[in-house]
Amino acid sequence: MTSASASKKSTKNEISPIITINKLNKWYGKFHVLKDIDLEVNKTEKIVICGPSGSGKSTLIRCINRLEVHQEGSIIVDGTELTDDVKQINEIRSDVGMVFQHFNLFPHLTVLENCTLAPIWVRKKSKLEADEMAMELLTKVKIPDQAKKYPGQLSGGQQQRVAIARALCMQPRVMLFDEPTSALDPEMIKEVLETMIELAESGMTMLVVTHEMGFANKVADRVIFMDEGQIVEQNDPKNFFNNPKSDRTKLFLSQILNH
Amino acid sequence: MNKNEVFIKLPDRPPPSSTVGIIAWTQKNLFSSTTNTLTTILFFYLIYLYIPPFFDWAIFNANFSGSDRSICDANKAGACWTFIKVRFDQLLFGLYFASNPDQIWRPVVALSVFVLILIPLVIEKTPHKKWLLIFLLTIYPIIFIILVYGGYFGIPISNTTQWGGFLLTFALAFVGIVLALPIGIILALGRRSEMPIIRALSVTYIEFWRGTPLITILFMASVMLPLFFPSGVEFDKVVRAMIGITLFQSAYTAEAVRGGLQAIDKGQSEASMALGMGYWQRNVFIILPQALKISIPSIVNTFIALFKDTSLVSIIGLLDLLNMSQTASRSLDWNGYDIEGYLFAGFIFWACCYGMSSYSQKLERKLDTEGRTE
Amino acid sequence: MSKTKIPFYRNPKIRSLFVQFFVLSLVSFLILSIYQTTVSNLIERGIQTSTSFFDDVAPFKIGFSPFLDFDLGKTTYIEVFYIGILNTILIAILGIIASTILGFIVGIVRLSPNWLASKCALVYIEVFRNVPLLLQIMFWNFAVFLATLPPPKKSIEFGFLYLNSRGLHTPIPYVEDELRFNFWIFILLMTVVGCIFLSKWAKKSFEHTGVKRPVFFYNFLIFTILATLSYLALGGPLEFDIPVLGKFNFKGGGQLPLPLFSLWFALTIYTSAFIAENVRAGISSVSTGQLEAANSIGLNRTQTINMIVIPQAMRVIIPPTISQFLNLTKNSSLAVAVGYEEIVAVWAGISLNQTGQAVIIIAMTIIVYECMSLFTSFILNMYNRKVQITER
Ligand SMILES: Nc1ncnc2c1ncn2[C@@H]1O[C@H](COP(=O)(O)OP(=O)(O)OP(=O)(O)O)[C@@H](O)[C@H]1O
Ligand SMILES: [Mg+2]
Repeated sequence: MTSASASKKSTKNEISPIITINKLNKWYGKFHVLKDIDLEVNKTEKIVICGPSGSGKSTLIRCINRLEVHQEGSIIVDGTELTDDVKQINEIRSDVGMVFQHFNLFPHLTVLENCTLAPIWVRKKSKLEADEMAMELLTKVKIPDQAKKYPGQLSGGQQQRVAIARALCMQPRVMLFDEPTSALDPEMIKEVLETMIELAESGMTMLVVTHEMGFANKVADRVIFMDEGQIVEQNDPKNFFNNPKSDRTKLFLSQILNH
Repeated sequence: MNKNEVFIKLPDRPPPSSTVGIIAWTQKNLFSSTTNTLTTILFFYLIYLYIPPFFDWAIFNANFSGSDRSICDANKAGACWTFIKVRFDQLLFGLYFASNPDQIWRPVVALSVFVLILIPLVIEKTPHKKWLLIFLLTIYPIIFIILVYGGYFGIPISNTTQWGGFLLTFALAFVGIVLALPIGIILALGRRSEMPIIRALSVTYIEFWRGTPLITILFMASVMLPLFFPSGVEFDKVVRAMIGITLFQSAYTAEAVRGGLQAIDKGQSEASMALGMGYWQRNVFIILPQALKISIPSIVNTFIALFKDTSLVSIIGLLDLLNMSQTASRSLDWNGYDIEGYLFAGFIFWACCYGMSSYSQKLERKLDTEGRTE
Repeated sequence: MSKTKIPFYRNPKIRSLFVQFFVLSLVSFLILSIYQTTVSNLIERGIQTSTSFFDDVAPFKIGFSPFLDFDLGKTTYIEVFYIGILNTILIAILGIIASTILGFIVGIVRLSPNWLASKCALVYIEVFRNVPLLLQIMFWNFAVFLATLPPPKKSIEFGFLYLNSRGLHTPIPYVEDELRFNFWIFILLMTVVGCIFLSKWAKKSFEHTGVKRPVFFYNFLIFTILATLSYLALGGPLEFDIPVLGKFNFKGGGQLPLPLFSLWFALTIYTSAFIAENVRAGISSVSTGQLEAANSIGLNRTQTINMIVIPQAMRVIIPPTISQFLNLTKNSSLAVAVGYEEIVAVWAGISLNQTGQAVIIIAMTIIVYECMSLFTSFILNMYNRKVQITER
């Protein structure tokens, strides 16, 4: 039931998966958070993950860049399996960008320094090169004039766009978003979503945890619904919203669409 | 239309045994890496090196029996708690009560009443805490004076000059705390006042006392205070120390209260102004109750500092707990057992301060979480 | 709306003026009357308050005065005052250095992932900060060091350091030949300048090409090698006076007398417990979100600690730690209990007893401490302003 409909897309595009998750199980202490998760993400695919609070969405995507450690099953990112090897973890992390709900910008560094920190120290770029690329990306997210400011001086929407630019500066192959808009005011949500849509159009592989169903409808190749640590249902957005198969999904959709 | 699929919940499985339980815990917290293992070994070795010999000395080989030093002199491998046992009354209540055993009920009752009031105050769910606290700060000192100082109801007077030991330490700290609180509140309000002269005076007062070490203030109190009053007005040493401590402590209390005042939203003041309340009404009924509640942890922290600092009176010759233990262990009877004296005094100080600091930390965490949910 | 005339006593401005005037007069009256009573009391006791005793010769001995020479029968009271200040500064500096190092170590151990280590640090912090400092000073001095340290003949050796019941004997450097020494210092300065240039160049080249060089290591290497070579080439311009055991005591070298050593020891342990707590609080104040963000962009552990955790934690750690430095300095006045000759002991203690000039002496002591406290607030304000600028 879980991975049945996923295969459709991959056969169509005939692209190899960039992330493969196999029988993933995770516990917090004795609490079973993720149960037998199977998931394949193809290159350039955009996946939206939704589900009720506490269903394990954040935990799932945080496992992908090993901010959380899983106990059973395997996660393979770009051909390398996630293990305890520190060097490998750092390599995978620099290939997987992540955007957090609360931005997590570094308050003691300017916007530009936030963006160039990792390119300089991890990618070993020269400062000039890093600056140039950061400015380019800041222009893309429409805040080049804020480069010299500190994060504390920016609005929430601007901060989140800086966070996106910071992740992009590492030229990641996959981008993970954990509820990037849920700490924002409606107007700011729009500007962040626009940035994300542009990013999607540029062909980035994206996994997005969000409750913005409009966004899911517009850019997602696949919508995944999670509950109680399991993947309940996944489908392309049209079928997902119009013909949900499971009772649980229907209930969830009726709740969020009626609000 | 599709037929509805029913969501089947997978059963919760227990985590792999390698990740929970004592073994996993030990592995994660003590042996997770080479450095971690080496650290464990190092600290284990350090503990092994010092702790068992200490317990051997302090408990297993220690001397408890007897009533003079002969037993201790015979067994030097252990601590001489006989000394503490024999001098217990003196260490706790001072020379007057130690030499008048029939009067010793007075400090015992006074301190017991204090503990009896304190216990419900610390317990979270006690009703009418405010009144208990007010009782402790106003009526209790009177009870204490009647019981310990005497002079009423046929209770013989024990002069403050004869106070000593833990009783004196307690009295000094308690007086400092009780008297410094109102002065501190007024100073804190003064420091936040809109009147420049009042503000300047409060700031000067607060910063002056905070800038000087207590020991110079005690020197000042003992040599200069008599000069400040017309001849004929005499204070004994203990009262002089109390005055010095109160002046000193009020500056620190003021800063603790000011922290609370600053944390109160400006809206509170504006709302009460909108209700037509005057300055004093605003502060007494609206601002101060909230501010004091927030500042309790910092006020308790100033108590802790003061409680430890009362030991400085031993430098100006008062026989507080520290000086009493030192004097006792230098008397001919017990000469040479000063480690025991220091450890006993240190343990009492530690127990009081650690208790207060645990309480203040608990309160701080509680205020923190309340602040978040409200 | 009709505009009624407000009675003057209900005008808030006039009220405020009146209150301030009233309080000011009250305070002035209080101070004035205290002043007058004091003056008349002093006259009554036949004490003439004046500073003329400054130039009198102090009739007591000060054993420890490493910065100003003390001559019994020559040194005046005002010089005793200076010696006291210098000795206070000495213990403050020694204590600040040692307690910062120890405090940071304990604070970091407190946050160690190792449970045992962390609990040991917790016990250290909770024991030493909850016992009065005076008790700790006396405990170490009287019950431990005086009672257990061996006489000079049987000193405990750590290299060229000798610890015994009189104190800690250390080698002290002295200049053999002024000219060669100055030349050596000149070479060292030039090396430092060279190292600075090297760092500048390395930084520039790093910005342009992204090549990172271990500049710090290079500089360290260059400096050590050049310093040693030139030292040898100049035939040792700086000699060390090493303490040697004479018949009864050590000769030569420097000595930290036991009271200073005990005071230093106790102050360091006491203050380090507070600093450790500051360090713990500061490091914990860096949110997990910051660490996750650093991880998610691929920074490794060392990079995360150096570039994300330390800069943010330091902002939380530094202000309360500066206050602890001031506390340590004020606490050094407890030296009276063991007889180390700092300002309170020699000035507010012995000198006051000898001269009876309570008013002047206490006032001067207080002023010394007030100056230190003002200086500390000045540094703190400067620091806060600087941090505010870079943050907002
Ligand atoms: N560090 C942790 N320790 C213990 N339990 C945790 C931890 N983090 C999360 N959990 C629990 O795991 C479950 C899944 O959490 P997760 O954050 O993945 O949910 P989510 O789907 O992202 O929810 P939300 O929409 O509220 O963000 C929750 O029940 C949560 O209480
Ligand atoms: Mg979440």
